[in-house]
Amino acid sequence: MSIDSIFVHKMWNDYELSKMVKGGIPFPMLSDAGGRVGTIYGVYDEDAGVETRGRFIIDPDGVIQGYEVLTPPVGRNVLETIRQIQAFQHVRKSKGTEATPSGWKPGKATLKPGPNLVGKVWEVWKTEQAFD
Amino acid sequence: MPEELKVGCARPTGGVVGEEPTKEESTEEVSTKEKEVKAMIKVGRKAPDFIAPAYYKGKFVNVKLSEYLGKWVLLCFYPGDFTFV
Repeated sequence: MSIDSIFVHKMWNDYELSKMVKGGIPFPMLSDAGGRVGTIYGVYDEDAGVETRGRFIIDPDGVIQGYEVLTPPVGRNVLETIRQIQAFQHVRKSKGTEATPSGWKPGKATLKPGPNLVGKVWEVWKTEQAFD
Repeated sequence: MPEELKVGCARPTGGVVGEEPTKEESTEEVSTKEKEVKAMIKVGRKAPDFIAPAYYKGKFVNVKLSEYLGKWVLLCFYPGDFTFV
């Protein structure tokens, strides 16, 4: 979503993005003229008249599980966003019985929060796991 | 799922679902409203619903966020077309 019109979106997709992504952009390119939606989401910069790099993960119940907002010069880490979605999906599937510690990615151990885990995280999770 | 738009010469716009039409307000009322708006975005809270025109697979459509209930949604904002994302 940006403040550009759908006509500009079409030009960008058809003449540039489709050369980078085969078949063009596979998801809707949303237009937010005037930044009304961006204002509600806290990402509209009124002085510049544009939206900052905001990214919101919304679950199947319509609940915001996470967000990240960057100023324009720095791009996002798409793999980290995908990792977060995988983690939220895993936690949701476990119906809250599992939690994903720092550095978790699919295949790595989760934590099972409860009275038995209090003061015992150091036994089941090592600091290096945040960085591997 | 999104409804196709009939596009004329005017640039279509969308907006926040359930937002009241803009009217003359005193400064005090505006500041209260701004506070409410800012408080809306929190993790663990509902994402504000909106309708927005979109370009999608060669067509112009209207997208409503709440039509995607039951699916995971990644909503991304960016400064402008022809920049990196």
